[in-house]
Amino acid sequence: MNEKIIALQNEINEKLSSVNDLTELDALRVAYLGKKGSITALLKGMKDLSVEEKKTFGAEVNSLKESATELIEAKASELKAKEIEAEINSMPIIDVTAPADNERGSYHPITLVQRQCEKIFKSMGFTVEDYPEVVTDYECFESLNIPKHHPARDMQDTYYLSNGQLLKTQTSAAQNAILKKYGKNLMENGVPIKAIFPGRCFRNEATDACHENTFFQMEGMMVDKKINISNLIYFMKTMLSEVFQKDIKVRLRPGFFPFVEPGFELDISCLICGGEGCPSCKHSGWLELCPCGMIHPNVLKEGGIDPDEYIGFAFGLGLTRLAMMKYGVKDIRNLNSGSLKALSQFTDDE
Amino acid sequence: MFLSMNWIQDFVDLQGLDKLELIHKLSLSTAEVENEIFFKGSDLSGVVVAEIKSVEDHPESKKLHLLKVDAGDGKLTDVVCGAPNVRVGMKTAFAKVGAKLGEIEIAPRPLAGFESFGMCCSEAEIGISDDHSGIMDIAENVAPGTDIKDVYAIDDIVFEVDNKSLTNRPDLWSHYGFAREFAALSGRELKPLEVEDLSAYSNLKKIDMKIEDKLCQRYSCMQVENINRNVSPVNMRIRLFYCGMRGINFLADLTNYLMLEVGQPMHAFDSRKVEKIRIKRFDTPFTFTTLDGVERNIDENTLMICNDNTPVAIAGIMGGLDSEIVEDTTTLTLESATFDAVSIRKSTVRLAHRTDASIRYEKCLDPEMTTLAIARFINLLKKYDGGVQVVSALTDEYAYKYDTVNLSFDKNFVDRYTGIEISNEQIVKTLTDLGFGVELENDNFSVTVPSWRATKDVTIKADIIEEITRIYGYDNFEISTTLSPLYPVRGDAIKTNEDRLKDLLVKKYNLHELHSYLWAYTDELKALGIEVEDNVKLLNATNPNIETLRNSIIPTQLCQVKINTGYSGDFGIFEVGRVIKGIKEDGLCHEKKVLTITLFSKTKDIKTLYLELRNMLSVAASDIKHNTLSFKCSDTDKAYIHPVNFNRIFIGGNEIGFMGIAHPSVSKKIDKKANVVFAEIDMTAFTEAESASIVYDEPSKFPAMTYDISVEVPEGMLFESLANTWQNEGKEILKGVKIVDTYDTDTVHSITVRFEFSSNERTLSSGEIQEIMDKVIANLKEIGVNLR
Repeated sequence: MNEKIIALQNEINEKLSSVNDLTELDALRVAYLGKKGSITALLKGMKDLSVEEKKTFGAEVNSLKESATELIEAKASELKAKEIEAEINSMPIIDVTAPADNERGSYHPITLVQRQCEKIFKSMGFTVEDYPEVVTDYECFESLNIPKHHPARDMQDTYYLSNGQLLKTQTSAAQNAILKKYGKNLMENGVPIKAIFPGRCFRNEATDACHENTFFQMEGMMVDKKINISNLIYFMKTMLSEVFQKDIKVRLRPGFFPFVEPGFELDISCLICGGEGCPSCKHSGWLELCPCGMIHPNVLKEGGIDPDEYIGFAFGLGLTRLAMMKYGVKDIRNLNSGSLKALSQFTDDE
Repeated sequence: MFLSMNWIQDFVDLQGLDKLELIHKLSLSTAEVENEIFFKGSDLSGVVVAEIKSVEDHPESKKLHLLKVDAGDGKLTDVVCGAPNVRVGMKTAFAKVGAKLGEIEIAPRPLAGFESFGMCCSEAEIGISDDHSGIMDIAENVAPGTDIKDVYAIDDIVFEVDNKSLTNRPDLWSHYGFAREFAALSGRELKPLEVEDLSAYSNLKKIDMKIEDKLCQRYSCMQVENINRNVSPVNMRIRLFYCGMRGINFLADLTNYLMLEVGQPMHAFDSRKVEKIRIKRFDTPFTFTTLDGVERNIDENTLMICNDNTPVAIAGIMGGLDSEIVEDTTTLTLESATFDAVSIRKSTVRLAHRTDASIRYEKCLDPEMTTLAIARFINLLKKYDGGVQVVSALTDEYAYKYDTVNLSFDKNFVDRYTGIEISNEQIVKTLTDLGFGVELENDNFSVTVPSWRATKDVTIKADIIEEITRIYGYDNFEISTTLSPLYPVRGDAIKTNEDRLKDLLVKKYNLHELHSYLWAYTDELKALGIEVEDNVKLLNATNPNIETLRNSIIPTQLCQVKINTGYSGDFGIFEVGRVIKGIKEDGLCHEKKVLTITLFSKTKDIKTLYLELRNMLSVAASDIKHNTLSFKCSDTDKAYIHPVNFNRIFIGGNEIGFMGIAHPSVSKKIDKKANVVFAEIDMTAFTEAESASIVYDEPSKFPAMTYDISVEVPEGMLFESLANTWQNEGKEILKGVKIVDTYDTDTVHSITVRFEFSSNERTLSSGEIQEIMDKVIANLKEIGVNLR
């Protein structure tokens, strides 16, 4: 073998052993294999040799080139692996047990339960309606078959305004408008009225841990040709079971509300004790939750709908009460307190 | 209202039935029964009748006596007793050794040096009245040793019904009314009331009585004499006591008893004071002293019972002091009447005086009941006081008769309401049990509503459904979903936007949703130096602090920020709520639903904070409306808003709200070092503002080019003015402009603006871009903006 080749081979081997990083290795590669590299130079110098010599020498140089390339590539892999290993070794342990920065926003708990209820009813084809808080006597009482002398009209319950209007005492105040809004579609196209209307209500009373002058309700209504008490119980039971994510037992008792006939008080089995009786349910096993009933014919009539042909049910759900039950809020006044200490705890709860 | 099962069983035989089960059924079918049921007498045992055989004074005590009593066990028992009314021969209630009186068990015990083997009891001690003035004096002829419970009806089940659940049931303000319900629920028969035949007295003289006012529907009265009894029978007193009434005297007790039994309030006058009964109102106000000794102001709307022109009672509410039965009363006049319910209700509100009578009258009592009640009263009076004489004929003026209610419906009507099968037989039985007249012919029902349900309760067919279903029992209903067809539904646009905005603010910007009241927080605002602006007022607010409705949520949120400054150095709150912006032309409130946001920061400078708020709104517009906001710097007339940097906000041409900074005088009171900014967005305007659809721009295959220029912006010039200079240049290919750097000193405000060009059709040449930029730079120069 040509001495030059052997010397070059040794030189490369020697230099490779002292290479420490990829930059050096690249310089080495250029020095031997580059256009102006030593091995390339050997090939260029072959032009003065005989054909026979060329053949032998060429083969030897090519073999050197191949082995040098191989060695350099092997070295490159070795160095790359070392670099990755070094990077792995230099990675510090990150303490994930340290307190996290949990900065996030919050929803009012009423929004959360309201959304849950809306979602359930939307999935059953109900529309969600919005309605003002300031209403007229007609909307809140007259159109709802609440006669002039009904106790609900007494000054001590209703907030009356200087312009003759009042703050709605119940979400039912929207019933008349909704009957009128959708009545035509019901009568002409047979599209049933299925609506819920959440909203804020007001009662003029002293506040304490259990009483508020401002609270939320959600009214629901369905009107069609064939709606009955059996359906009403079904809807109430389904909705409440969905809200509380478990099978809820319900029971109906007669209840008097001028805008329904028959009218009911709906109780649910106590969520705390499951019906055994505990302080929360005053040892009765039941919680009074939701007044409901079949819409009074006069209310339908006032909404422009013939009660002989159409029939419906309505219910009023106390959203504030529901939120308190669901999240264990003991003092109702916290809800309107504006206190972030209390209210920033409520995150998305679909 | 308390109800006694013993009393109810006077009218319906419930023997052999589980009373608690029945009461539970009542709660589900008729009226709400309170949870606590009282088992009267259950904690009393071993108390017998005993006769006092001897009484000796205690040698050392003036109060105590040493008795020997015969308790029927063949020996005399020594008892030490402190009651003042002991006497030889007296029969009393005696708790033997081993007897139980509630928690107390009687045992022999020494008392002031003498051993006592039992205790003589007062009525209070055995729980049948609140009388503890002395030991019981038993008048009944019973042998010593007889268990006291065999003498008196002490064992009873008493339950309470929530009065609110009886609002619409005038018939249920009595035991007889509840007996009817129990009869229907148990299928047992309701017994008629035992009454006196009043026609026997029709030959006697009538009382001079006349209704002179339409507010009195019926007035019935009768006179009786020679009442000798003063104390009511023990069993009667026990029932009254169990039902929450104090015993007074026989006559007063009997009127109360009648009220609890049949539901008719009654009143007894001294006949000398009511020789000429007139029922009327007076034109001028006056004062009147009721029998509780209180002087009350009577106005021209209050119906009075009068002796000619002298008022003697407030109709339906309370009698007068001057016409009360007194010591020397010999003849009394019994009143049993019906008055207009609304009028009674209004009078009680005006007088601020509700009585057991007025509570019943407010419910529209059955006018048919007045004479029945008198007949029952006389029956009981004669039963307990044999010498009583009736001295007048029944005098009765039935001026305004109730409307008879007849209803017709068919089986289909019932089925349509219930959704289940309730048989014709069951319908007929239920209604008949409840006192309705029912005729059935081929599935067609004709129903006559009884007088006690017809005054206001049952007036339409749907009311009948309630009667049928409640007795059937809602627990027995099979439940099913509706058969209604399905149609797509569309949500309310404002409501939908409200939800989207809430999500954005909570999830992207970490804001907190709070709620607040509809009125201005007068006191809290005063502390911030903010005067409440005049607006619609609550007429009957109990608290002046909440009298004025708010016209903006911003002042409220400033108060909320103030109470939360300790929560964090940086936070933002928002509310989607109602405000009242005065009164509209039609006289109604101008109610608006607004989104209000307030940001508070101790760490960010005002510019950063204000732009953070601007960015939130801008992202909201882009996210929800796919549109951009524009701003117009304006003046504000609100004292709590900083006069500088108040911006009205627009989408397209629609004004949707405003944003601003808290006035320093206010923000200093919130926190000396913090910055407070806020925005109000009108939800309707936001929803109605033009919403662009999503325009998809296919990414160009050709490279984009950018061109940066740095310019010095003169003091007070807005970016908007700069933007106008390139608005019409290179429209096709200028895809975006943004600020990539800003450099501020006290004197110089300079920015670096990056222009991005691209085309979907070709590679752009630097020449054409330079051409555009030259124009832009020239335009900028024209408005005084030079390259740096």
